Amino acid sequence: MTTERERRFVGPRRGQLVFALVFLTLSVLLLALIGEQTAWVKKAKIFAQPRFWPAVSLGGMVLLGGLHFYQLPWRRASRYDLWEARQWGRSAEYALWFMGYVLLVPIIGYLPVTLVFVPLLARRMGYRGGFMMGISLGFALLVVVLFKAVLSVKIPGALLYEYLPGALRNFFILYL
Amino acid sequence: MDLILSAVEILMRWDVALALLAGSVGGVLIGAIPGVGPAVAIAILLPATFSMDPIVGLTVLLGIYGSSMYGGAIPAILINTPGTAVNALTTYDGYPMTARGEPRRALSLAYSASFFGGVFSVICLILFAPVLAKVAPMFGSREIFLAALLGLILVVIAHRGQALIAGALACLGIFLNTIGMEPVKYTQRYTFDQDFLGGGVNLIVVVLGLFALSQAFVLLMDEDEKVHVTKLRGGMFQGLRELARHPRVAGVSASFGVLMGMIPGVGEFTAQFMSYTYAQKSSKRPQDFGKGSSEGLIAAETANNAVPAAAMVPLLALGIPGEALTAMMLSVFYVHNVVPGPGLFQNDMDFVVALYLALLILNVLVLIFLLFATRSLVQVVKIPNRFLGVCILTLSFVGVYSLRNSATDCLMAAGFGLFGFVLKRLSLPAVPIILGMVLGGIMEVKLRSGMARVKEPLDFINRPISFILFTIIILVLASHILRVWRERKELKEAEWQTKTASTSFGKLMSRRKNSFLKDRGKEVRGRHSKLLRRLKGLF
Repeated sequence: MTTERERRFVGPRRGQLVFALVFLTLSVLLLALIGEQTAWVKKAKIFAQPRFWPAVSLGGMVLLGGLHFYQLPWRRASRYDLWEARQWGRSAEYALWFMGYVLLVPIIGYLPVTLVFVPLLARRMGYRGGFMMGISLGFALLVVVLFKAVLSVKIPGALLYEYLPGALRNFFILYL
Repeated sequence: MDLILSAVEILMRWDVALALLAGSVGGVLIGAIPGVGPAVAIAILLPATFSMDPIVGLTVLLGIYGSSMYGGAIPAILINTPGTAVNALTTYDGYPMTARGEPRRALSLAYSASFFGGVFSVICLILFAPVLAKVAPMFGSREIFLAALLGLILVVIAHRGQALIAGALACLGIFLNTIGMEPVKYTQRYTFDQDFLGGGVNLIVVVLGLFALSQAFVLLMDEDEKVHVTKLRGGMFQGLRELARHPRVAGVSASFGVLMGMIPGVGEFTAQFMSYTYAQKSSKRPQDFGKGSSEGLIAAETANNAVPAAAMVPLLALGIPGEALTAMMLSVFYVHNVVPGPGLFQNDMDFVVALYLALLILNVLVLIFLLFATRSLVQVVKIPNRFLGVCILTLSFVGVYSLRNSATDCLMAAGFGLFGFVLKRLSLPAVPIILGMVLGGIMEVKLRSGMARVKEPLDFINRPISFILFTIIILVLASHILRVWRERKELKEAEWQTKTASTSFGKLMSRRKNSFLKDRGKEVRGRHSKLLRRLKGLF
């Protein structure tokens, strides 16, 4: 049966214990490294010490994180906690997609990679019809033209563009 | 008058006009799509605005901030799903109106109320600007440190039931800001001898990870929902007439929005809650609230739209952002070497007024756009969630990569994206991290310079404003501790009342002391009053 303390808890139960434990452990580890990772300068007041703010922030993380952990209405990990941790792991797939996109752009080029990346990820998400593929391609083209050609955001030309003939090479490096 | 004319001159440029148009229309569109929100859009667009003039870049971002709430009312009213988080209260009375066949009336009323709130706050602040210009220079290092500390405390305790973890996350933000080369003594802090950490953790990388990438991950992991949108019939102008019948509710709600917006860390939710409660208590038909009351809708929408202009006050006057969106805007100022704070009000008052005028024009543009384009606009709520996730992931790349063309930045953003995803799954707040990063940096600098000028720690609060701020901090903390203590007491009583296991008499007496005494007191008082009545009856 759900207790009054569990009922009043803000947020879902699954994963809270795992998160609080990991957060607290990392905070304690970082605080333990403070002597090694920060310096104490002689003849400087405490508020001007380089160590002061890391100590305050990590101290706060340990204290408040510890109190949060202590206040949790649950003390044992359930199978829902493990299921939740698996969900967190599953989202790493999309982080990998993102990093793949990031690493390919400087080699192949912003326009070609985006034109492949958006429809491919849309297909992975289950949009396999011609209409959605068309929308994906249109969106990819629009993003490149808007940001690189119109707003001139800093995205360098790709290695592959170097092999293009003269005028086309300049155009691709500048606008696509 | 001269001030307003010079402000108009700043705005009379084609790129500012274009920024106003793009910001207003873009903001409405972004607000109307559930799952995107202004934070994601501003995070993605932030690096693109760095190459623009400060007034142009800020106009785009302000446009998105100010107009997204207008757009957010559309799905809140039509499909009971708030477009932005602050439109949650709009669903209370907006959706019941749609359910009884009055979607157009609800939308029209929401637009009119939002317009009134937006315009009211801008006018208030333009009139209030000269006072601010006089007050702002009274803030020195100590006062700014205390104001930043107060803002951080308010943000943390605003998360009811989650204050401990919100505080821990704010501390994480302060810690992230300390990583890298320390600028005064030139020592390394938590760099682990890695070159990429030497320059510190970039705020934009964290913002994009926590807001944009995490939202993309949430949407990509989500299921698509079938959305049924009600067809709109009838005129869109009736809301303006209906709003005129409730000037008191609209005026008070807008005032709450302005006041709450100016206090760092408080923002839309408190303003809405206070104005909605006021509207319900003062209404002739309080029973209609939550069932499609026009007064409830006016209170919610007026209050939240009055906040954006007011939220710019602590940012512009003191350089202290009160919430995540203004924290992001602060980076636009820093990129252009414009330092918001007392100096800005003294030297560039026309720039400040120009920003407020831009907000005023923006509200007019948005209202016109919505009155004529709502029918087409409602279609954007049909965009499938997962496809939206693909779009946000693609756009996030532009945001992170264009900063320094660094794959390491992207890796860090992806890491923060995963962390933000976990926070979202657990319903934990990410905003304290951002404010911790921004306010932590301000507090470090200001405390160091403030303490250099005092002999004893108590001298830190020997000036009137610093003393007032310090007193407010103590009062806020004391009231929070009192509230937590009361909640714990209530929890213990509730736990006792639902307890089923047997308890020894001694434990029972000590655990139930308060409630027992209350019941016992009632009984005794009842007996005494009965005796008194009998006594009176005798005479």
